[in-house]
Amino acid sequence: MAVVKLQRPKLNFGEKIYFGALIKGFFLTMTHAVKSLRGKSVGADELASSGLGVTMQFPEQRWDEHLPEYYRGAPTLVTDEQGRERCVSCQLCEFICPPKAIKIVPSEIPSDDPWVKVEKRPLEFEIDMIRCIYCGMCEEVCPEQAIYLRKDYLITGLKRADMVHDKKKLYEIGGTRAGLVNKWNELK
Amino acid sequence: MSDTPSATAELKLPKDLAAEKGLVNVQIDGIWHQFPKGTRMIEACRQAQVIVPHYCYHPKLSSPGNCRMCLVQMGMPPRPAPGQEPQRDENGYEIIGWMPRPVIACANTIGENMGIRTTGELVEKCREGVMEFLLINHPLDCPICDQAGECRLQEQSVQHGRGVSRFVDMKVKKPKNVEIGPRIRLDDERCIMCSRCIRFMDEVASDPVLGFTQRGTHTTLTVHPGRLLDSNYSLNTADICPVGALTSNDFRFQMRVWFLKETPGIDVNCGTGTNITIWTRGNKIHRITPRLNDEVNSAWMPDSHRLNFHYIDGEARLTEPLERGTGILPVSSVPSFSTTTWPAAIASAAAKIKATPAAQTAIIASGRMTNEELFLTRALAAEIGTGQLALVPRFAEADALLIAADRNPNTTGAKLVLGTEDPFAHLDSIREGVRNGSIKSLIVLGDDLITDAGFTTEDLGKLDFLLQTSVLANPTAEQAHIVLPSAAFAEKRGSMVNLAGRLQRLNRAVEPQGQAHDDWEILRDLLLAISGDTNQVHQIEDVFKVLAENVPAFNGLTLSKIGHQGTQIADTGYQIPLLANERARKAAGLING
Ligand code: SF4
Ligand code: SF4
Ligand code: SF4
Ligand code: SF4
Ligand code: FES
Repeated sequence: MAVVKLQRPKLNFGEKIYFGALIKGFFLTMTHAVKSLRGKSVGADELASSGLGVTMQFPEQRWDEHLPEYYRGAPTLVTDEQGRERCVSCQLCEFICPPKAIKIVPSEIPSDDPWVKVEKRPLEFEIDMIRCIYCGMCEEVCPEQAIYLRKDYLITGLKRADMVHDKKKLYEIGGTRAGLVNKWNELK
Repeated sequence: MSDTPSATAELKLPKDLAAEKGLVNVQIDGIWHQFPKGTRMIEACRQAQVIVPHYCYHPKLSSPGNCRMCLVQMGMPPRPAPGQEPQRDENGYEIIGWMPRPVIACANTIGENMGIRTTGELVEKCREGVMEFLLINHPLDCPICDQAGECRLQEQSVQHGRGVSRFVDMKVKKPKNVEIGPRIRLDDERCIMCSRCIRFMDEVASDPVLGFTQRGTHTTLTVHPGRLLDSNYSLNTADICPVGALTSNDFRFQMRVWFLKETPGIDVNCGTGTNITIWTRGNKIHRITPRLNDEVNSAWMPDSHRLNFHYIDGEARLTEPLERGTGILPVSSVPSFSTTTWPAAIASAAAKIKATPAAQTAIIASGRMTNEELFLTRALAAEIGTGQLALVPRFAEADALLIAADRNPNTTGAKLVLGTEDPFAHLDSIREGVRNGSIKSLIVLGDDLITDAGFTTEDLGKLDFLLQTSVLANPTAEQAHIVLPSAAFAEKRGSMVNLAGRLQRLNRAVEPQGQAHDDWEILRDLLLAISGDTNQVHQIEDVFKVLAENVPAFNGLTLSKIGHQGTQIADTGYQIPLLANERARKAAGLING
């Protein structure tokens, strides 16, 4: 590798004793301190500041309205407009999930169920949120548009077991999504 | 040419060279190969490592040529005009004249100087056309279809399909989720009418219950009215169905195939020794399918054997060494057991065996044990000094295909390893000895004496000591003083010899459940505990090595030399009926084999 020799900048006397720069810096800091006390910090509005500087006081204050459209939060399962479980337990998400966070036990839909023609649905569906890296691969791979990353980012628990989202919890967070997959409807 | 006789004598034409060996020259995708006369084009391509996509063709079944997926371009040398010499290239092959229309590769045989093109615009267009027709009415079922991941239709549509359907009309509806038999479910919308299942039931299982009704796009596979697809070979149709039209009720929706690991093994339900593939995920077996072996089971296996694996992680599985608790009531038929550790169980068993005179000790081994285990059993009998060693015969009705009357998978191996023509001979005298009290200590390896060998609970109650190794809890184990949990066929390695004298290997597909130990390790530990020697045998290979040195039939073999297809080591004259049928059909030219 070529050696590049750097020339140190030539400093004059005022710069060498750096006292001027200190005072300059002091005034800059004070300006911001006063601004922040008066609630006039730059970017305070965009970042939903709590009134003191640009800091948001979490958890009293939430970022939720400011989440961008593409925000990737917790993966969840969704039902369709007729309340049908979209997931058919094809296990593609289980296969693709890089940290192996998903565990599915497939099952056959009993013959007295209104959705018996779909034939298959998950008996158990678990996502271990300690493992999940919010990559969104599961959403991308799903052929039934059944799994979506929602905006929930507050995943907490007191023990490991709390961090495993079971099927019920996943549908609770996921809610309903309309349209998209029509092949199971009566007129396909 | 007639004026240079010497030159022709030296430079023979390729066709003559091939003819000397009974072969013909065929050019496949520009490269010349030689094949035996009468080979099907598709088989020739396969041998030349060129894949021709196909659905209806199966080497073990007749070729109706109805799916048209295997279309290839064919060419033959043009017939020369009278008196004209055929044109040849510099290597002596005649120039091929290519036909403008494709032919099916599965039902046509090769000829001298034939050319086959499996690529090119014509062939590609044909495949795309066939795929488009097949997919017109095909449902969008892949996410719920058990075949996904091993579906030929999926594979070919990735290679030759269009991304989008040009078909705007409503799809034809057909019956879905039909129970056509106790073990098979039919989805007619997924069927591509290849007729493999129909031909299998007719030609191999000799129970022609399947057939097509309707015509054209409405063709529907169905079972004969009033009949069911209930043959003991029905699950083979799910194996050969190239799509997910026929699926196994047992495996249905249990696990996607792409998670499964395949381990080659052999079936231990009868003396045929059907070659199998064990499909596992983690420590769970999800299904068993037959594995191709032209010397044993061809490509098939009976349902009853295929489904006999759920016991491995079932309720009755023994997972811990048990020792009978003290202070049991002598009249109680089910003594209380307490769990113990392996070293304690082995030490206690060895002490009991040593405390009994050899003349009062007997060993009942099992025809379900591997050669290695039987060899160690022989060593154990020698160490104890007893000649009272017998196997339990297990005979039942044979079917006319694969199931043999001898339900012990390793009777032939036992004869070779124990060096006796009748390994069952001593069983009666041992039973008598137990009854009249001359046998006080009994070691039972694997088999259930009460169910299979004519012993009664009272007989076994007379014993001072009964040691049982077993995979499952059973009435004999309930009478035992020590019960050692052993490994099931999918959990251990070893070798067995089938009725026809073929040495084959078991492989470990899953780990033994709980504390269960490999049988050969149990026998070795027991042997060492009795003799007090230090251990020299650390792997099953070591056992096989000693076995190969001591039993002439195994001379020169190692476990790895046996190979996945087995090695013939004895000639017993036993004929597997299904193979005889298949060879007859092959000789008659009905199938390719
Ligand atoms: S978001 Fe990624 S890590 Fe999380 S469950 Fe889906 S695939 Fe797995
Ligand atoms: S990929 Fe979709 S349909 Fe398949 S198991 Fe996952 S969520 Fe269910
Ligand atoms: S048969 Fe094959 S292509 Fe058809 S639904 Fe099943 S997996 Fe998909
Ligand atoms: S069910 Fe399967 S094997 Fe039988 S004809 Fe249809 S596609 Fe072929
Ligand atoms: S494989 Fe040749 S026509 Fe079906």
